[in-house]
Amino acid sequence: MTDLTLTRGTVDRERLLRLLQEYGVYAGVVVLLLFNFAFTSNFVSTENFRTQAVQVAPVLVVALGMALAIGTEGVDLAVGSVMALSTSLLSLYLGYGPWMATLMAVAGGIAIGLANGTLIAFLGVQPIVATLALMVAGRGLALVLLPQLEDVRDPGMASLGSGDVLGVPYLVLIAAALALLVAFVVRRTTFGRQLLAIGDSRPAARLAGLPVRRVLIVVYACSGALAAVAGVLATARLTASDPTSLGNLMELSAITAVVVGGTPLSGGRVRIGGTVAGAVLIQLLTTTLIKHDLAPSWTQMAQAVVIVAAVYAARERGKR
Amino acid sequence: MKSAAVHEDADQDGAPGRGERFSALAQQHGALVTLVVAMVAASLSFDTFLTGDNLENMALSSAFLAVVALGMTFVIVTGGIDLSVGSLFALGGVLAAWGSQYGTVVALLLPLAVCGLIGVVNGLLIARSGLAPFIVTLAAMLGARGILLAITDEGSRTYLVDKDSFFATLGQGSLLGIGVPIWITVVLFVLGAVVLRRTRFGQYVYAVGGNEDAAALMGAPVAGTKIAVYALSGLCAGLAGALNAAWLVSGVTILGSGMELEAISAVVIGGTLLSGGFGFVSGALVGVLLLKVIQNVINQIGSLDSAYQQVVSGVFLAVVVVAQTWLGRRRRVL
Repeated sequence: MTDLTLTRGTVDRERLLRLLQEYGVYAGVVVLLLFNFAFTSNFVSTENFRTQAVQVAPVLVVALGMALAIGTEGVDLAVGSVMALSTSLLSLYLGYGPWMATLMAVAGGIAIGLANGTLIAFLGVQPIVATLALMVAGRGLALVLLPQLEDVRDPGMASLGSGDVLGVPYLVLIAAALALLVAFVVRRTTFGRQLLAIGDSRPAARLAGLPVRRVLIVVYACSGALAAVAGVLATARLTASDPTSLGNLMELSAITAVVVGGTPLSGGRVRIGGTVAGAVLIQLLTTTLIKHDLAPSWTQMAQAVVIVAAVYAARERGKR
Repeated sequence: MKSAAVHEDADQDGAPGRGERFSALAQQHGALVTLVVAMVAASLSFDTFLTGDNLENMALSSAFLAVVALGMTFVIVTGGIDLSVGSLFALGGVLAAWGSQYGTVVALLLPLAVCGLIGVVNGLLIARSGLAPFIVTLAAMLGARGILLAITDEGSRTYLVDKDSFFATLGQGSLLGIGVPIWITVVLFVLGAVVLRRTRFGQYVYAVGGNEDAAALMGAPVAGTKIAVYALSGLCAGLAGALNAAWLVSGVTILGSGMELEAISAVVIGGTLLSGGFGFVSGALVGVLLLKVIQNVINQIGSLDSAYQQVVSGVFLAVVVVAQTWLGRRRRVL
């Protein structure tokens, strides 16, 4: 009898943990929204929602690439530097028109991603170190190309940053489209399956004859490209190129969004919906703390606690 | 001291073949050879390189990073990583500067206690709950920065150290013409080398990094060792921050960002393997000196700005890691 209740207790606890793991991030978003509806003045306004959504867009785009890297049991620490490089290149090539400049910026991001991928896939370097090296080098390169802040006065970029369709800002539309695209790739394509298989067990994937190296290189190239796009979006929003500060600690925000969204760091699983919710959750958390006049110090400490709690919850599932 | 530790390393590998011998030697002495070559080249190219002032400046600016890298070496040998050291360095400096008004003992103990405690929390989460080291210490990096902001009115307040206090001499004083921080660093490295090489704890550190399951079966206290190395890393970062505050006679709040990357780079460049189980304390010192020489040379070429320094450091790190991976693979095959 005691045994039975004990077992049932554990099962319920397990199920509860799994539910928390699966839907916790959505619940968190809902709770924070309700809290703000009730207690935050000036929260419910189109203006505010717009601001929040526009701020979250670049973080989300970076987090999408990060989710792919984490899905292969890797990580990409170079994303913040790629954003900086992207804004430098954008600024340099803006003379040839916004499209050309964007193309160059994305090409720069892909180049960094290919370098990461080559180090990881062909030379067997651990993802943390490989991307760390390119994080340092990438930021340096961005500053060599564009030593200080420069205003972006291109009308095309300005309309990208502040324009909208039926009230939905371009930035949000682009981020949403990219999220759908990445979700489709992960779920419905061979490449997505291969990516998850590699994250699950690289030796098994290799024995099964999957093109492990090619997939890894493409994953890091995608992460670089997405981070570069995020750099373009952020530049358009700020109407300035600032390679010194753009993307600082972005790797941290992106990893947090992915992990809080329920993607395990041990690879083999990617949750894009959760990643979107994770990015929104962090944005809401920061906003809530700021709107209630809590200092940045509190925001950072709260973010630290959220990260640890999310990884802790993910650990329970990983062990089963 | 340094060469003794290195020779012992070679002996521990058993009787290796020639190829294995070469890669082991390259792994251990590669950074040192590069450092000597870089210093010779720099002193031939710049008259100002080999002057007393320049060398003293380089040694002083290396000292603080070296202490951080010392703690990082222990963590990396266990196969972990500690990204919180930059924040702990800054936090240690601010706490020391604040505490210095109550005397030298408080100025030293307060940062050691707080940073050591954060290290213990890191270790507990990693060892007892099995969380990934990089994410736990990333969170600690944020949390420590938050604490720092909270005790300095959001970073707007800088605590000053009394220039005539004994605490200030720890940073500013000199003994036999060499700055006190340099002496402290040397002593800590000797201690660190002895602990890693000659003590039971040091052997546990290698065992945990080599193969955690085997270490546990052998009866090594895996969790305890891990908690201890993260605590040690926190203590080193806090102490380095305190010494730096004594040197600057103020608790500057904006220091330490990116320092974790520098420390990891130095340790890896020095020959310690990120996969754990292999490494030595002297390598971290050589790695730090090498990074600082590169930095110094780039500063001496007046036309190049400091951004190039980052490019060079990043590329250098990549080259070293690739070389290490190649050497390691070669050694395993042979």
